[in-house]
Amino acid sequence: MNNYELAVMANEVRKGIIAAVHGAKAGHPGGSLSAADIFTYLYFEEMNIDPKDPKKAERDRFVLSKGHTAPGLYSTLANRGYFPVEDLPTLRHLGSYLQGHPCLQHVPGVDMSSGSLGQGISAAVGMALGAKVKNKEFRVYTLLGDGEIEEGQVWEAAMFAGHRKLDNLVVIVDNNGLQIDGPVAEVCSPYPIDKKFEAFNFHVINLEDGNDMEQIRAAFTEARNTKGMPTAIIAHTLKGKGVSFMEGSVDWHGKAPNDAEYEMAMKDLERIGEALCHK
Amino acid sequence: MSQVKKIATREAYGNALAEFGESYPDLYVLDADLAAATKTGVFKKKYPERHIDCGIAEANMMGIAAGLSLTGVIPVASTFAMFAAGRAFEQVRNSIGYPNLNVKIGATHAGITVGEDGASHQCNEDIALMRSIPGMTILSPSDAVEARACVKAALDMEGPVYMRFGRAAVPVINDTPDYQFAIGKGEIVREGTDVTIVATGIMVNSALEAAEMLAADGICAEVINICTIKPLDVDLIVKSAKKTGKVVTAEEHSIIGGLGGAVCEALSEVYPVPVYRIGVRDVFGESGSAGALLAKYELDGNGVYRQVKNFLA
Repeated sequence: MNNYELAVMANEVRKGIIAAVHGAKAGHPGGSLSAADIFTYLYFEEMNIDPKDPKKAERDRFVLSKGHTAPGLYSTLANRGYFPVEDLPTLRHLGSYLQGHPCLQHVPGVDMSSGSLGQGISAAVGMALGAKVKNKEFRVYTLLGDGEIEEGQVWEAAMFAGHRKLDNLVVIVDNNGLQIDGPVAEVCSPYPIDKKFEAFNFHVINLEDGNDMEQIRAAFTEARNTKGMPTAIIAHTLKGKGVSFMEGSVDWHGKAPNDAEYEMAMKDLERIGEALCHK
Repeated sequence: MSQVKKIATREAYGNALAEFGESYPDLYVLDADLAAATKTGVFKKKYPERHIDCGIAEANMMGIAAGLSLTGVIPVASTFAMFAAGRAFEQVRNSIGYPNLNVKIGATHAGITVGEDGASHQCNEDIALMRSIPGMTILSPSDAVEARACVKAALDMEGPVYMRFGRAAVPVINDTPDYQFAIGKGEIVREGTDVTIVATGIMVNSALEAAEMLAADGICAEVINICTIKPLDVDLIVKSAKKTGKVVTAEEHSIIGGLGGAVCEALSEVYPVPVYRIGVRDVFGESGSAGALLAKYELDGNGVYRQVKNFLA
């Protein structure tokens, strides 16, 4: 897909996110929307995957370490053809396979159960190591929140990945600047994020606009060409991106829109879609 | 002194890994800077490329094991019980248990026979912690022979397994030609009619010693070796309880939540009889030699004998 097509798809992914959290009457739209462009780029352009064969041994892997943004992952997987888009509103319902946080055993395309922050990156590191020791070519991607990296386990994993020179691993930090209790800089600042990963022997890419496909493509291309060390992409994004009243608002970290807000959000996204068409 | 051969179960564990390395090419061993103490160093020496030292970072080690298992590797994550079940509990629960991954955990230095290191390293809570995780298989071998059998059985099954090993050398009691091991099956190691002693780990030997002393007093104790704490062989325990009417549990672990807890839970639902739990009685341990600690905490043959006598009195 070209960048324009990817942007259009990312907008569809955002609609799915809103439909999912609205249907669930709960969930985490803010961080799902901020990462929607990265989700889309990974599943529609970057990763070697096959929705018809989700468990293919040689596939690239993705671990959503910031598991609470499952609506973003689910919407991407659904739009990619892993399961019907119509199922998204069953998110978090009793009996639905779309669990509140990603569940390996129930959701096609989910490579690792996650949700307890700080743990996903370790599993991703283990997968990347598995590829190395078994002489496989697949690559491993993991997405972390900027609040999540306050967890100590993240740095245990980073130390190991740097030590083992896992150049088949890409760690992406969704740096939208907000966590539940407020701005990350005020709660318990993780900054400077780039220098921390550099210190742990990562190749670090500062992705200035993590909601821009051209820049996202450049970052992942650079990561792919990086040998001898893992890559960390620090993606500066906008929390709630695409829905006017959710943008930059900590209130929409973990809250679902009511019916009226749902309509407003969908209208915002329709407008963005139309604007893209006119480009 | 007795001529009984003594080997630590951790040593048998390390040797077993090295032994099975050839027939299980996907077997990889992970450590957190304790390969010398967990005895996986034997495997490391034989298969250096299949030994992964994660450094002093047990939480990450469990996550790495989880990730490795999703690439076709059979990872055995090895550290002290305190750090495997204690420090990394939530990683084991969420990254291994919840996705039901094929990760084996080799936890050495369980219980008070850690000895001189003292209470900070004597893990008397690991069985309770691991038992609470759905789908976790828990193996607690009584000697070197059984420890080897546990490693083999864990490698042969799909799914998470917690294996519990000790630091101190303990008598080899299963070195018989007809010894067989199957996960989920307890074994009557001494038949009796007056009281049932359900024991696990190194306490099987203490229970057998106690049974000998009880016999001298005219008390005929049945001793059951429960190596698989989960899933528990409820049928065998109930059958024996129906015969003797009284049950004692014996473990080198807290009396809360371990084998004693498991047996009480099962019996109270199926066939309630009086139960006395022998173990560490809701206290922290302390420094001392393994033998002195077993005596002080009444976990040696004499201690088990005294406690069973009191219970029956």
